[in-house]
Amino acid sequence: MPAVVIDDVHKKFGNLEVLKGVSLSVDTGQVVAIIGRSGSGKSTLLRCINGLEVFQSGQIEVAGHKVDQDPKRLRELRKDVGIVFQSYNLFPHLTVGQNIMLSPRITQGVSDSEANTLARDVLSQVGLSEKFDSYPDNLSGGQQQRVAIARSLAMRPKVMLFDEVTSALDPELTGEVLLVMEKLAKGGMTMLLVTHEMNFARTVADTTVFMHQGKIWESGPSKQLFSAPETTELRNFVTAGVSGVH
Amino acid sequence: MQTFGWPEVLFILRSAGWTIALTAIAFVIGGIFGGIFAIMRLSRVKFLRRFAAGYILVIQSIPVLMVLFMSYYGLSAMGIELPPFLAASASLAIYVSAYLAEIWRGCIESVPRQQWEASASLAMTPGQQYRYIILPQALRISLPPTVGFLVQLVKNTSIVQVVGFVDLMRAGMLVNNATYQAFQIFTLVAAIYFAICFPLSRLSRHLEKVMNASRSH
Repeated sequence: MPAVVIDDVHKKFGNLEVLKGVSLSVDTGQVVAIIGRSGSGKSTLLRCINGLEVFQSGQIEVAGHKVDQDPKRLRELRKDVGIVFQSYNLFPHLTVGQNIMLSPRITQGVSDSEANTLARDVLSQVGLSEKFDSYPDNLSGGQQQRVAIARSLAMRPKVMLFDEVTSALDPELTGEVLLVMEKLAKGGMTMLLVTHEMNFARTVADTTVFMHQGKIWESGPSKQLFSAPETTELRNFVTAGVSGVH
Repeated sequence: MQTFGWPEVLFILRSAGWTIALTAIAFVIGGIFGGIFAIMRLSRVKFLRRFAAGYILVIQSIPVLMVLFMSYYGLSAMGIELPPFLAASASLAIYVSAYLAEIWRGCIESVPRQQWEASASLAMTPGQQYRYIILPQALRISLPPTVGFLVQLVKNTSIVQVVGFVDLMRAGMLVNNATYQAFQIFTLVAAIYFAICFPLSRLSRHLEKVMNASRSH
């Protein structure tokens, strides 16, 4: 059963059409990597899935919710769909524990003690149990991003979106974040990730989608896509992409 | 002729109490409305946004003195007599609300957009976003400018004498009219203003330093 169905989505910023009819289906438990140059529309597509961006036509259904701009329905959707951002976006005035417990408590009515157990559980999943009482500013970028992942997991999402989550990190810190994501993938989480980490896409993602000029240019099983790209654009991207073209 | 003695000093000190009371009332009531207007100004509802912007624009564009004249003499010409203290605190509260609304709007807007996105993505309602995420951060940012404004307010309350309210400044003038010992009297008045404002200025400076030292906690 598909967890995410994107059907002919068009999106414009003013006169600029950034998504020109994108369709994609992701099965439950599947991991899909979205790659492409910056400006290809990949982050916009991801942000459309949880309603952070409004699209003009087409349909998206995720975890049984149709994406529209009704605030109440959007909140229901967001309880089931987590997102992790490039810039972590932890709440700087709250401790790590409070960051994680806040939303389950106020949006899902989880009791204080349950939320506490939940927070300690997800923190141990990302290997940061000892940081429960720390403030985000006292953590490294990699640790902050792992807390951000834990904060999303505490909502018990059915689908997780990752928007270039390692792009802001120093190279030596990307590994710890990717490791957490790999563990999640193996645990059966449905994941969509926009990434520049080609190695990660190739080895962890079941399917890789190459976006170019607002369209899905090429897609297929990751290993096959990387070893035998069919289009010149993807071939150029894969050879250049290794050297970190954004 | 009277001389400047203890009864006069006590009279001036008591009037300083009124200045403080007036400042406090104007600040609290003006602050409540200022907060409401700040959030209205940022509302998604066009009418609320426009209404708050219009109110702020009008109040900031006319001297406080005019507001005071209108609420005291203007209303009394229409048959509504406000006691000086009420007219004075209402006028100052109106003035405070417009200025604090603008200061606080700026503070709310200086919380990064990503904080809105992250909290929205965690299924929070706009009210929850304000309460748990945005306002606590905006509050920290707002402390130094707000205390700075409070210092201005203490001094600006002296305009209420025009409706016959006896505040610190007016008390000094009354005593001067009776004793003609202007130098001693106004030195005392200035010293009292200083005694009220200096700790506030220091507090503002201190808060600014603390904010800079630790951006977040």
